Amino acid sequence: MIIGLDVGGTHTDVVLVGENGLERQVKVLTDTSALFQTVLTGLEKITENIPPGRITHAALSTTLSTNAIVQNKLPPAGMIVSGGPGIDPEAFRTGPYYFPVSGSIDHSGKEIQPVDAGEIEAIAAKLQSDGIRHVGVVSKFSTRNPAHEVRIGEILAPHFDRVFLGHRISGHLSFPRRIDTTFLNTSIYPLHKKFFEAVKESLKQKGITIPIYILKADGGTMDFDTSIDFPGQSILSGPSASVMGSVAFAPENAETIAMDIGGTTTDMAVLINGTPLLSPLGVELGRYKTLIRGLNSYSIGIGGDSAVRINGRVLTIGPDREGPAMAFGGPVPTPTDALFVLNRMQNGDRQRAVQGIEPIAKALGLSVEEAANTIFDQACREILASAREMINQINRKPVYTIKELLEGYQVKPSHILVLGGPAPYFTRRLEELSGYATEKVPAWSVANAIGTALSRTTCEVLLFADTQRGILLAPAESHQESIRSDFTKKDALRIGFGLLKKKAVDSGASPNDLEMDVLEELEFNMVRGFRLTGKNIRVRLQVKPGLICGYKKIISQICDQSVNEV
Amino acid sequence: MLKAKHKTGLVFFPAYDWAISATHPEREERLLYTQDQVLEEGLLDIEGIIEFKPDLIEVKDVQRVHFCVPDELSVMTKSHFISAGGAKTIARAVLEKNIERGFALVRPPGHHAMRVVHGGRGFCNVNNEAIMIEYMRKEYGVDRVAIVDTDCHHGDGSQDIYWHDPDTLYISLHQDGRTLYPGSGFPDELGGPTAAGATLNIPLPPYTSEEGFLFVIKEVILPVLEEFKPEIVVNSAGQDNHFTDPITNMNFSAQGYADLTRILKPDIAVLEGGYSIEGALPYVNVGVILAMAGIDYTKVKEPGYDHEKLRQSLQITRVIEQTCKVVLENWRNREEIRRRMQADKKFDERRRSIFYDTDGLHETQNETLKICHECSGALKIVSRCDTGNSILAVHIPRKACKTCRELGYSWYESADPKSNNMIALQDRTTDTYQVRQKKDLKR
Ligand SMILES: [Zn+2]
Ligand SMILES: [Zn+2]
Repeated sequence: MIIGLDVGGTHTDVVLVGENGLERQVKVLTDTSALFQTVLTGLEKITENIPPGRITHAALSTTLSTNAIVQNKLPPAGMIVSGGPGIDPEAFRTGPYYFPVSGSIDHSGKEIQPVDAGEIEAIAAKLQSDGIRHVGVVSKFSTRNPAHEVRIGEILAPHFDRVFLGHRISGHLSFPRRIDTTFLNTSIYPLHKKFFEAVKESLKQKGITIPIYILKADGGTMDFDTSIDFPGQSILSGPSASVMGSVAFAPENAETIAMDIGGTTTDMAVLINGTPLLSPLGVELGRYKTLIRGLNSYSIGIGGDSAVRINGRVLTIGPDREGPAMAFGGPVPTPTDALFVLNRMQNGDRQRAVQGIEPIAKALGLSVEEAANTIFDQACREILASAREMINQINRKPVYTIKELLEGYQVKPSHILVLGGPAPYFTRRLEELSGYATEKVPAWSVANAIGTALSRTTCEVLLFADTQRGILLAPAESHQESIRSDFTKKDALRIGFGLLKKKAVDSGASPNDLEMDVLEELEFNMVRGFRLTGKNIRVRLQVKPGLICGYKKIISQICDQSVNEV
Repeated sequence: MLKAKHKTGLVFFPAYDWAISATHPEREERLLYTQDQVLEEGLLDIEGIIEFKPDLIEVKDVQRVHFCVPDELSVMTKSHFISAGGAKTIARAVLEKNIERGFALVRPPGHHAMRVVHGGRGFCNVNNEAIMIEYMRKEYGVDRVAIVDTDCHHGDGSQDIYWHDPDTLYISLHQDGRTLYPGSGFPDELGGPTAAGATLNIPLPPYTSEEGFLFVIKEVILPVLEEFKPEIVVNSAGQDNHFTDPITNMNFSAQGYADLTRILKPDIAVLEGGYSIEGALPYVNVGVILAMAGIDYTKVKEPGYDHEKLRQSLQITRVIEQTCKVVLENWRNREEIRRRMQADKKFDERRRSIFYDTDGLHETQNETLKICHECSGALKIVSRCDTGNSILAVHIPRKACKTCRELGYSWYESADPKSNNMIALQDRTTDTYQVRQKKDLKR
């Protein structure tokens, strides 16, 4: 059996899934100020009276790093960046311990200016005296030649607990994003390490010594050891938990919008033939733009508990939440109250819901029922409008070949899958308004935790080859080799798949779960002086986000259970 | 956090699957390293720099500008529809005020393509800027436009298209035609009798460097623009003046290009040539984009750049100063020059021979312009190409008077079908293009 745990803003959902489907489910209130306690309580409740030997592993999606970023509570970290010509790296400052240094490398990987070891030593001394234990190093074009980052890392290593090198974290181009990403990894590292070591220790004390997996922003997982090297990958795992919770139910030959309607927000993403769409460069969080692989997810500040207000005759919903619905003792009316007024929800104080909506009805010159309908409709319409905006943005993405431009692949969803607490109440109206076949996901209120439990381990490999220079480079894998002039894209793909397989297994993937594909393959003739002098090859491969093998049996059990519930 | 002072739009279309031929300078690889540099610098993440997907132009957009023989689809590939489409996308975004300025980083280029097109010349088949400008005129009612062509080669195609148009100022600075393709663009090329002075050419000696280029911009181009008062300034932004360019002989730099852009403040820039794909383009383009957006670019420097070493000689400075003097004088005397050229003539004739280096074709043209005092005059072109194709083409300008319009139609209707394979009419007053006859045309 597998434990899946997803920390949400209001609730933390924990499930135990196995051959018999959903074996157990638990909801505990999330205490953001005591996240460890929340997670531990969840794990204790879900494992109560379960023989430890029957649990194979646990997958966790927490808001630990996301909260630290959003609430500006990141521990200090040193950053050493070498930019060379271009935009002044001062523009990308991450905090007080940020040091632009000399040294530069050009786009082909040629060294333009060497590293000044003395300069680095001096900075190291300064950082040490200020008590900084963790440092990130980024040089421009380190993904074309990591030598400078490696050299600086060697100088720093003896003096610090941990040094993170930019090219190891992502093979993509974007110096500013590499700086942000490396900083986040460096800064989150001590928080992440302490938290999950404590989780492991607590489980151990209960006699549970199982592998721990951590959900990433791309909807895949990584094992605990990998997460220590790439703690930044754990940010924004919340939306990916939801999306992965809907994957099993998405049609295989259609495009689907997955929507998780929560208390405060609705998160959404697109599934193409059952595989979630990834964001082109990397996720953005707070003021950080990163190279962290993530789902192309969108969030809108509308959920079941969003504050509903009237200003003149203008009705607004969200983007904030002041508390639970009035029907549950909250302070302001919400879409949930509208559902109470409409008698779609029970087990709460309908009278208080009516009281909450009355002033709105008055301002709009409607009956309370009509006002409730208006509120509910507006919530649905705004959610759908933002889904449309998401689709437009995806379809506006520039392409760089004539073939792609003319074939003009456009995402055209035909289905919506809804999950989250209020899912069953929204499904029908969303379908009427959108015209898309709309369904709620079985076990909708804990589908996110089920998705976390069943997600496979994912990873990506980028490969760059230049036969003129005779080099092949997979920067994030620390892989570099000499190649012959007759090296081709086919060779690059072969080597790339080898590296990808190794990386996935090293990150905790089961060899049965390596569903790999090519994200990008480009090959250019290099011509110098009107003569063909070599080939420039770029290849990008991934293990796709998806569910572990054996999920089908578990899911079909869950479906049966949910049918029985109804 | 970096923020653009001027909201800037970009269309980046490197056409990674298109080349004239495998080892041609205009090949797949051309913008690859530029893309690497733009991505690594993170330009597209800067607030106020927005990337757009290019639109495709339509055949009717081409027909506003060109007479394509035998037809548009035979002389254009898909890449031309996208490249000109990229310029159109930027124009639309500027005129709809979604952006303040924009740069179409597209290939293939277009400034060697003339009004009549039998094939490719100077790596160009259709004129991206002209197609864009006429689209702006049609869709947005734009009237006065200036093109400042800073490609190293003389933009003889743009010059040809706007030769008789007093509302389009075409200024080119380029390497002296005695030393470089296409061998034209001398200061005495000023435009036709109804538009003289709206074409200005400033040939520069080989090895002209930053100070020469910036001198011309400040001393000639800015004052002329000030007087001409265009609604839109378009920069045909060739990047082949760079000191590392393999097919030219100039000493310009990334800093110089960025300075030029900052001083010129074009509303729209459209990429033209530039073939130093590793040593120049990545840096020049980053410099130009930053300059357009109003962001500091002073640290954008290409390897090997040495301001002192690139300095031009005193002799070059003198030649440029002298040329500028002549050009400014012509500009000031343009009314007088027009009068002198018109004399008492009813018609003006021009015979030319045009070489298509890219496709290896040769064309001869006889042009007849009605000298009109009400408008810029109806234009008739009889063109014969060594493909065997010939065309009689009639162009009725945008602001044609009734007489010229009628004359244009009578030329078109009375043209001898036996002596021309193709007879076509471009009536810009009604935005129509028609072909009366098409026979025995070779493709
Ligand atoms: Zn050129
Ligand atoms: Zn007239």
